[in-house]
Amino acid sequence: MKNKIDYNSDWNLDPAPESTGHINLKSKYDLFIGGKWVKPKSEKYFATINPATEQKIADIAEAGQADVDAAVKAAKKAYDTVWSKLSGKERGKYIYRIARLIQEKAREFSVIESLDSGKVIRESRDIDIPLAAAHFFYYAGWSDKLEYAFPNRQPKSLGVAAQITPWNFPMLMIAWKIAPALAAGNTVVLKPAETTSLTALKLAEVIQEAGLPDGVVNIVTGYGKTGAMMVEHKDVAKVAFTGSTGVGKIIMKAIAGTNKKSTMELGGKAANIIFEDAPLDQAVEGIINGIYFNQGHVCCAGSRLFVQESVYEVVIRKLKDRMESLYVGDPMDKNTDIGAINSKKQLDVINNYIKIGKAEGAEIYQPKCKTPKKGFWCKPTLFTNVAQSNRIAQEEIFGPVLAIQTFRTVDEVITKANNTPYGLSAGVWTDKGSKIFNLTSQLKAGVVWANTYNKFDPTSPFGGYKESGHGREGGLHGLEPYLKFD
Amino acid sequence: MAEKDYRLSPRVDQVGIQDRVDRFTKRSVKNEAKRKGLYMTLNMIDLTTLEGADTDFKIKQLCYKAQHLHDSFPGLPTTAAVCVYPNFVKTAVNQVKGSGVKVASVATAFPSGHSSSEIKLLDTKIAVDNGADEVDMVISRGKFHSGEYNFVYDEIAAIKEACGKARLKVILETGELGTFDKVRRASDIAMDAGADFIKTSTGKISPAATLPVTLVMLEAIKDYYYETGKMVGMKPAGGISNSKLALQYLLMVKETLGGKWLNNQWFRFGASSLANDVLMQIMKQESGIYQSKDYFSKD
Repeated sequence: MKNKIDYNSDWNLDPAPESTGHINLKSKYDLFIGGKWVKPKSEKYFATINPATEQKIADIAEAGQADVDAAVKAAKKAYDTVWSKLSGKERGKYIYRIARLIQEKAREFSVIESLDSGKVIRESRDIDIPLAAAHFFYYAGWSDKLEYAFPNRQPKSLGVAAQITPWNFPMLMIAWKIAPALAAGNTVVLKPAETTSLTALKLAEVIQEAGLPDGVVNIVTGYGKTGAMMVEHKDVAKVAFTGSTGVGKIIMKAIAGTNKKSTMELGGKAANIIFEDAPLDQAVEGIINGIYFNQGHVCCAGSRLFVQESVYEVVIRKLKDRMESLYVGDPMDKNTDIGAINSKKQLDVINNYIKIGKAEGAEIYQPKCKTPKKGFWCKPTLFTNVAQSNRIAQEEIFGPVLAIQTFRTVDEVITKANNTPYGLSAGVWTDKGSKIFNLTSQLKAGVVWANTYNKFDPTSPFGGYKESGHGREGGLHGLEPYLKFD
Repeated sequence: MAEKDYRLSPRVDQVGIQDRVDRFTKRSVKNEAKRKGLYMTLNMIDLTTLEGADTDFKIKQLCYKAQHLHDSFPGLPTTAAVCVYPNFVKTAVNQVKGSGVKVASVATAFPSGHSSSEIKLLDTKIAVDNGADEVDMVISRGKFHSGEYNFVYDEIAAIKEACGKARLKVILETGELGTFDKVRRASDIAMDAGADFIKTSTGKISPAATLPVTLVMLEAIKDYYYETGKMVGMKPAGGISNSKLALQYLLMVKETLGGKWLNNQWFRFGASSLANDVLMQIMKQESGIYQSKDYFSKD
């Protein structure tokens, strides 16, 4: 290219780290059962580390069968004796109280979230934690209005909900699960992902402080084994899971033939579609946000990009230019755009897909940025010259890797976009309103964003088609999976 | 005559522009980066007075300030230029002689731009003949809104020719254009017609410069550079009165156009009160404490 913009400059930002002095963390965490901290009967603990430094932050209890039994028992007792007898208005008061406490401690929550997960402080501060509080506020408001939400259907709570949350948005996904469950009148046993338990355990402290009746929310930590024990427990009435499609399938097999209701929020391989008439600079910004937000650890990440051929060259140029000014590194620095990969395990998965992409003949591009020596890092990556039959275009990578294809006509891109086992989200970029409406009705995806991407709000339902799962979280729709109707 | 159909200029999405701008307003500029950014800002200011009440004395004071921002603290740069009405150009040129400070003159029936072509050309010629290094012209917004893009283009091209060696800044008056789409269109016309700089505002209309509107213009400059290889400068003017905001503008330039644009050859602030706030911040960086506004001269 004859005129290349040079993003090197002798004016560079100095480090601007968020202070961590104000947070309160214990060196060892037990299980939160029946409103109290109890030592695990398994007597086992595991370490949680900071993925940006590989240093240990705390030891976390690993719940075994006896611990899970105790937690479900506490939840059942709380349901039978207290929570199911409270009026919706009273339940709402508790949920509001939790929401306010999260807001008050937002700074502490966001710093802990970034330390434990590797996500950048800008996102945990401006997105994860405020949205988590917003979900509690939103569902608190529904607690005493269930009859109005589902008129003439006599909604009733289910009982004990077993909830298993992922490591990509630890606190936010907990809010998505606990808030509607409590509003609908259920009690909860929750297991956060093993690499990111800390904000869940801080939430347990908030729950104590809010005076929620003992046993209404129980938090047990551990690996997949612990989750399996929860799912299979006979006193559980409802299973809510967010995570990989592989694990989702195992859970669905385990609860087959039982009365347990389920919500599954699983993987995705979203198509982000740019038409030639789109506002290109903003579309490029949206693509960057769509795939590199939270290091690409987003189930609805816009990981497949479809560019109309007539604007292909210019879109690629703009994407590459934009990538040059992404700051990669210390998640605690207020200027960082892309933080650390959540775990060594996930980094290996991503690196393997990058290898596969190269072997498939796709062309890789990464900006010149440097990454720290310690910790788990992956530069923002894009692949061009990708075919629909490439594995990098078909399988969920769950990292900062974008696979780019071109298209010529509307019909072609709809076919390609829907040609995936997933169906969680999609994005459309065009200046023409009629085109947007045509695509939103034809794309088989739970969420379709138009001229924006990755926008979330508690009032808006979220969930997928096909192997992306079933049931909806958020909005009025998010209450339904926690209720039964006469 | 323009060769392009400017109705086909790239579209701009308002929500997307705001999203991008939010990244800049959340950046944190500390320590040495802040100090360097503040010095750069001083050196990019077109110190401006464009009042009906301007007099030779006022102009002289402004010119002195431009060269001696805060003499009790040595080592500070001068401003880039002073910006005045055409009838004060001669005075200003005499005052700044040899200092490196440029003299910019508004022209073409500033600020409304409503006059005949003859008068606009004469206005420009007088400024240039009196020694102006730079001319800040306004586009005919009325003709622009009527879709007479060729008129707007031809007028800019004619003024550019009249400028001779003087550099031409073209003021779009974005506060009167209404949408980002129109700002982009006007930017494309101005650059194609020969603008050396594109500039947001006269300072007489609100809103004047904003981060989003400046970003739209920077993106236009970038596309033009890729298309032609020609660098065009950017000047946001009006409404930029504090250091924090100025640094956000500089970050936006850095991340959109790169380091080559980060000097007063290619980027300017049109401002009257920004300099003092920057001086206060520099003194705070040096001494650790804020000084009273009364320690900085108001000219």
